[in-house]
Amino acid sequence: MVSKIRCAGFGGQGIVLMGKLLAQAGMMQEKHTTFFPQYGAAMRGGTANCSVVVSDDAIASPMVEEPDVILIMNGPSLDKFESTVRAGGWIFYNTSLIDSEVKRGDVKVFKVAANDVAKEAGSTRSANMVMLGAFAEKVGAVSVEALLGSLDVMLKGKGDKIMSVNREAMKRGAALAK
Amino acid sequence: MSEKVLMKGNEAIGEAAVQAGCQCYFGYPITPQNELTAYMSKRMLEEGRVFIQSESEIAAINMCFGAAAVGVRTMTSSSGPGISLKQEGISYIAGAELPVFYANVMRGGPGLGNIAPSQADYFQCTRGGGHGDYRVIVYAPSDVQEQYDYTMLSFDIADKYRMPVMLATDGILGQMMEPLVLHKYKDPGDLPSKESWRLGDPATQEPIWITSVRLGDGELEEHNFKLQKKYEEIAEKEVRFEETALNDADIVIVAYGTSARVAKSVMEMALADGIKVGLLRPITLWPFPEKRIREIAEKVDNILTVEMSLGQMWEDVRLAACGACRVHLHGRTAGGVPEETAIVDQIKTILSSKGDEIIRNF
Repeated sequence: MVSKIRCAGFGGQGIVLMGKLLAQAGMMQEKHTTFFPQYGAAMRGGTANCSVVVSDDAIASPMVEEPDVILIMNGPSLDKFESTVRAGGWIFYNTSLIDSEVKRGDVKVFKVAANDVAKEAGSTRSANMVMLGAFAEKVGAVSVEALLGSLDVMLKGKGDKIMSVNREAMKRGAALAK
Repeated sequence: MSEKVLMKGNEAIGEAAVQAGCQCYFGYPITPQNELTAYMSKRMLEEGRVFIQSESEIAAINMCFGAAAVGVRTMTSSSGPGISLKQEGISYIAGAELPVFYANVMRGGPGLGNIAPSQADYFQCTRGGGHGDYRVIVYAPSDVQEQYDYTMLSFDIADKYRMPVMLATDGILGQMMEPLVLHKYKDPGDLPSKESWRLGDPATQEPIWITSVRLGDGELEEHNFKLQKKYEEIAEKEVRFEETALNDADIVIVAYGTSARVAKSVMEMALADGIKVGLLRPITLWPFPEKRIREIAEKVDNILTVEMSLGQMWEDVRLAACGACRVHLHGRTAGGVPEETAIVDQIKTILSSKGDEIIRNF
């Protein structure tokens, strides 16, 4: 079982953190995992994205050409990555910021009002956590429990307030997908 | 200590160096290896060791020269443009027979190029890089664990042979995160003592002359023949490679580092179409596994070199194969990463082609 995931949005939405949390959660579930960020001068003001592979077997290439799942946080990222998803794969997208619909008919779509749900959980900045929670509950490449555990590792020392808002946002995201 | 952590490749190099007892890190920032310099700025201070962000790359490599001359483990790191600047110092260090470790996290070139992953410094890595008749040992890891392991080994090998040893990696391996087992450094126990040649306390030690200049009649030639003998011993003893599924292979890919990872995906994908692809992955780029490639070339009809450069390693594979089979090329450049589907397509074209035709992807 291999899951190739791409997270994408704009700088500041916590896209890289999403990828790191997925990879950390995969490792905590004793799976093979890789994380690779796309960044650079060309990305400024545009889309930021990263790719994560979670697999039961050793991972050959960390590069993701044709993801099984994309987690899309803003409009330009949907335009850029919609066509890359493998047929039968998943598109999760943030309807708080994206008005348009997915055009393809050969993929599964899950809509998440990530910013709105995150606001209810305590901070719109945790929209990325809502998205991760929904993904883990729906697709299950990593578990919600492992993601919550990976928060403890990745956000160590950030303070109880930030931690509890992020945990709450992730749980609310998972609840959306139940 | 065998803790498993998720770590960036660049940081894994730094932690391995700390564990291996690197006393002095000298560096100058450049993408895509900045996490390594940043990591060392924190860790070396924690350990009470030396970290200097130098005024230039040239200064950094010459600081390494100085630190190595007093017998401590030292390193620097950079990416292509910075490694080019360091070549003068590396040549001097090779001439003076000092152990220095350096990492090149390769990016797109020539010139300032771009900051995307690349393997285009292959020629520079494997031909010494600077001026004069010398070699450096080059390790090419293909995952984060190997970046850790071969960094540790590089310090030992540098001390063993008293010469510069390089880790040749790329922007993907440097930037990616992967689980890593942080095992402790183990001293091999048989490394030669540095007492006879290192600079010590001037109050108690006789002066020692560490230099790369040899102006006496025949003196430099004699020295270079001595170096050459050492290089021949290394070529005999230190070649490393990994081979996968070579038996009954329809075609064999030769690839290292990130390209070798892509090649492993190609093997699975091709097998689904009934094509058996073998893989020979050089772990040392110099010394190059030329004998093994020659043996493979005798057995198969086709070898495909896959690299993130435009035929640089292809030259070495062709030299090794020496006409015993066809050697094809899949090369990408300047941030282009070989894609599995394109390679599988090229393999199908190769297997259906006849005669002496050499198939390239560009």
